[in-house]
Parts: sequence; structure tokens; C-alpha cells
Amino acid sequence: MRAAYRNHPLWLAFALHRLSGLGLALFLPAHFYVLGLALHQPQQLDGFLAFGAHPMVKLAEFGLVFLLAVHMFGGLRLLALEFLSITARQKTLIAVAISAAFALACLFLLRAFSI
Amino acid sequence: MLNLRLYLLQRITAMIMAPLVLGHLAVMVYAIQGGLSADDILSRTQGSLAWAVFYGLFVLAVSVHGAIGLRVIVHEWTGLRGAALGFLTWGSFAMLAIMGGRAVMAVTLA
Amino acid sequence: MDVAIWKGDGAGGQYEHFAVPAEDNQTILDVVSWVQQNADPTLSYRFACRVGMCGSCAMMVNGTPRWTCRTHVKKVLKDGQLKVAPLNNLPVVKDLVVDMDPFFDKWIKAGGLHAPSKTRDDDIAAIAPDTDGRQNANAGIECINCSVCYAACDTVRSNPDYLGPAALQRAWTIVNDEKHAARGAVLDLVAQSDGCFNCHSMGSCTAHCPNDLDPMQAIARLKRAAIKHQLAGGGRDA
Repeated sequence: MRAAYRNHPLWLAFALHRLSGLGLALFLPAHFYVLGLALHQPQQLDGFLAFGAHPMVKLAEFGLVFLLAVHMFGGLRLLALEFLSITARQKTLIAVAISAAFALACLFLLRAFSI
Repeated sequence: MLNLRLYLLQRITAMIMAPLVLGHLAVMVYAIQGGLSADDILSRTQGSLAWAVFYGLFVLAVSVHGAIGLRVIVHEWTGLRGAALGFLTWGSFAMLAIMGGRAVMAVTLA
Repeated sequence: MDVAIWKGDGAGGQYEHFAVPAEDNQTILDVVSWVQQNADPTLSYRFACRVGMCGSCAMMVNGTPRWTCRTHVKKVLKDGQLKVAPLNNLPVVKDLVVDMDPFFDKWIKAGGLHAPSKTRDDDIAAIAPDTDGRQNANAGIECINCSVCYAACDTVRSNPDYLGPAALQRAWTIVNDEKHAARGAVLDLVAQSDGCFNCHSMGSCTAHCPNDLDPMQAIARLKRAAIKHQLAGGGRDA
């Protein structure tokens, strides 16, 4: 259970930023490996990409797009906080960052499932 | 465990990547429709200096940014410090930069 | 009501339960004092002024660090239960008393000592109250050193060498204090590897500060000032 003192929006935004960043950092080597296949084994790359047609994989990709977008929007919020002294309305900015990331990921998913 | 240099590198790479991420997201949303194939991707990127620069810069920035991020997380979660922490930072940077560089070459070399 | 109070020392301890009569007007400090006076005279806790001035009575109350003398039971009671523990992130001396040394040591480490720029023979420096510097300093000077922010900070929790919100906010007030003689040196101190650049802006300090101060904002501004100072060569005094 989340300790009571962490029960506020900025802490949640911090946790989301950290976990999304960690997730992306761990995903990147796999991402790079698969793309690197194009160099010598293009058939294998096609195999991996075909794997991407599986609905469950598309859902996982939805998650990745969300992680990337939420880390970027959350990061922009932090840059604004640190370098532009925009410290008011952090709650609103966090909500905007998460919604924008979610909307982008949904757009991606809709496109992924349309033929 | 962040001094001025690491902190600035983290923020500068973040600022470099913000537009790159937006571009990458746009490419993904555009390219995903109708499924992905190696041919689709490679015909778009191979032989293109613009994509090579775009993703080359992206890989370099993310290698720095990711390595520093991992350094902070590992230090805070495990207490690792000193030479071992430096090794981890440089190691993650090298792994991301080498694998990422190879991926960029793979999809952009004609 | 059922009150669980942590009892033990640096080696460990456990919660002990006490049935404490509820009253209309009752602070957490009242409850702890009632237990000490009526149920368990061995209970150790710390307080002095009882009016939110001295900063000595902070404890974890139902999982959140609070100044206990100004926290009403009604505000924090959860299902008729109260859990009181020593502050997080500081070594326990006994029961509810923590060793504040690391907290104050960091205050000094961040350049918190005053360095006078004049002697008693000089005139008092005139500081215009509406300058940016004075406004910035004013925003942080009501800190009572209660360590609530320090106990709420997860960056301190996972990096025990991190200077923490109170010391860094103090540094920011000093950097803005025209009467201080070593403002550049303070900016050098906070730019070190366990200084202000470790803050992740998770905001628990600001969320829980009993005096409604905003250490997170102070640290954000301190970061910028420290960057400027270091890029300009550092070391020198403003």
C-alpha cells in the first residue's frame, strides 16, 4: 500500500515518470536488437514485425507508446517547473500530460487495428 | 548522485529529445496502419541522410539520458556508489549507443 | 479511541496500543502526553512550545509527518484509530524521539550558517522589501526546522546523503539575502553531488510543510541559480 505521505498528485507524477523511464530504458535494447536484424537477417525482422500483428502485441505496443508519451509530457512539465518557474497548477499540468499521452496511445491503437 | 554536469546532460538531452519523440510518435501512428513490414520501413529510411541524422541524434541523446536515469534509479534503489556506479553508467551508455547505432545503420544504410 | 504508539529504540521496536479518552478539542500532542501521564510514564517524546513555533514535536501520524501540537485528532483520525511513530529518515533514539543531528548537520553542510557582511560598527544594510531577492528569501524564512519535509522526502529516504528540502530551502533564502557575505560559496556547496540536483520535484515537502512553505519551488530556483553560478565560473562571491 502507498504510504499516506505519498498520497498526492506530484508524488504520483514522480512515480509515473520514474517507472515509464525505467520501462523505456529496459525496452530499448530489445527495440534496437530487432531493428538491427535488418542489417543481416531481413527475414527475421519480418518475422518479428509479423508478430506485431497479434492483437496482444498491439496492446503491449499501446503501453509502450503511452510510456514514451507520458515520459515526454511529464518531462516537459519538469523542465517548465525547473527552468521557467512554472510551479502553479501542477495538478492540472499533470492531468494534461497524462491525458495527452493516453490520447496519443489510443490514436496509435486505433490506427493499429484499422486495416 | 547527480552533480551539475550529469544534471545538465540529463536536461539538455531531454530538450533535444522532446521534438524527436514527437516526430517518432508521428511516424509510429502513421506507419502502424495496415501493419508493419521490413519492406515498408526500409523503403522509407534506407539511403536517407535525413532519417540517419534524425535517429542518429535520437540514439545518442537517449543513450546519455537513459544511462543517467538508470544511474539515479540504481543508486537510490540499491545504494550502489563509487566506481561500480560509474561503471554501470558508462556501461549502459555504451550498450545503448552501440546497439542503437547499429539499428540506425541497419535501417538507413542503402 | 485506539491509539497505537511505536515504542523501541535504534535496534527496533513495536506498536503498543492504548485506549485514550476522546475529547472535543484535542491535538495529537495532547494524546501522546495523556499516554505518558496516565498510562505509560516510560514513553519518550519531544516537545517544547506547543504552539507551532519551535519545531520539536513532529512525528509520523497515521503515516504522514506532522507537527503534533497543531494537528487536531479529528483531522487525522482514521476509523477511530491513531498510529503515532517517530519521524521517518532519522535515527530513532527512543520511542517517538529521533536524533535530529543528521538533519542539522546537513543544514550546515548546505551553507546554512550566517556569514556576516558587516560589523556592529557599520550601519544596518537597507533592504527594499519588494525586490525579487527579498521576496524569495521571505518565502522561506518561516521554516521552523521541524523536519517534516525531511521525513516526507523519498529522495532523502533512498539517498541518505542528499541534503534534503529544509537545508536546500535555507540555502535558497541565503542566496537571496543581501546581508550574507558568502552567497557564492553556498551556491558551490549545493551544486555538489548530493546537493540540489538530486531533487526529483516529487513535492512531498511542499505538500506536508506545516507552515505552508514551498521547498520544492525553492529548490527549483536554487538549481537555476547554481547552474548560472557554476557556468559563470563558480567559486566567486556575488
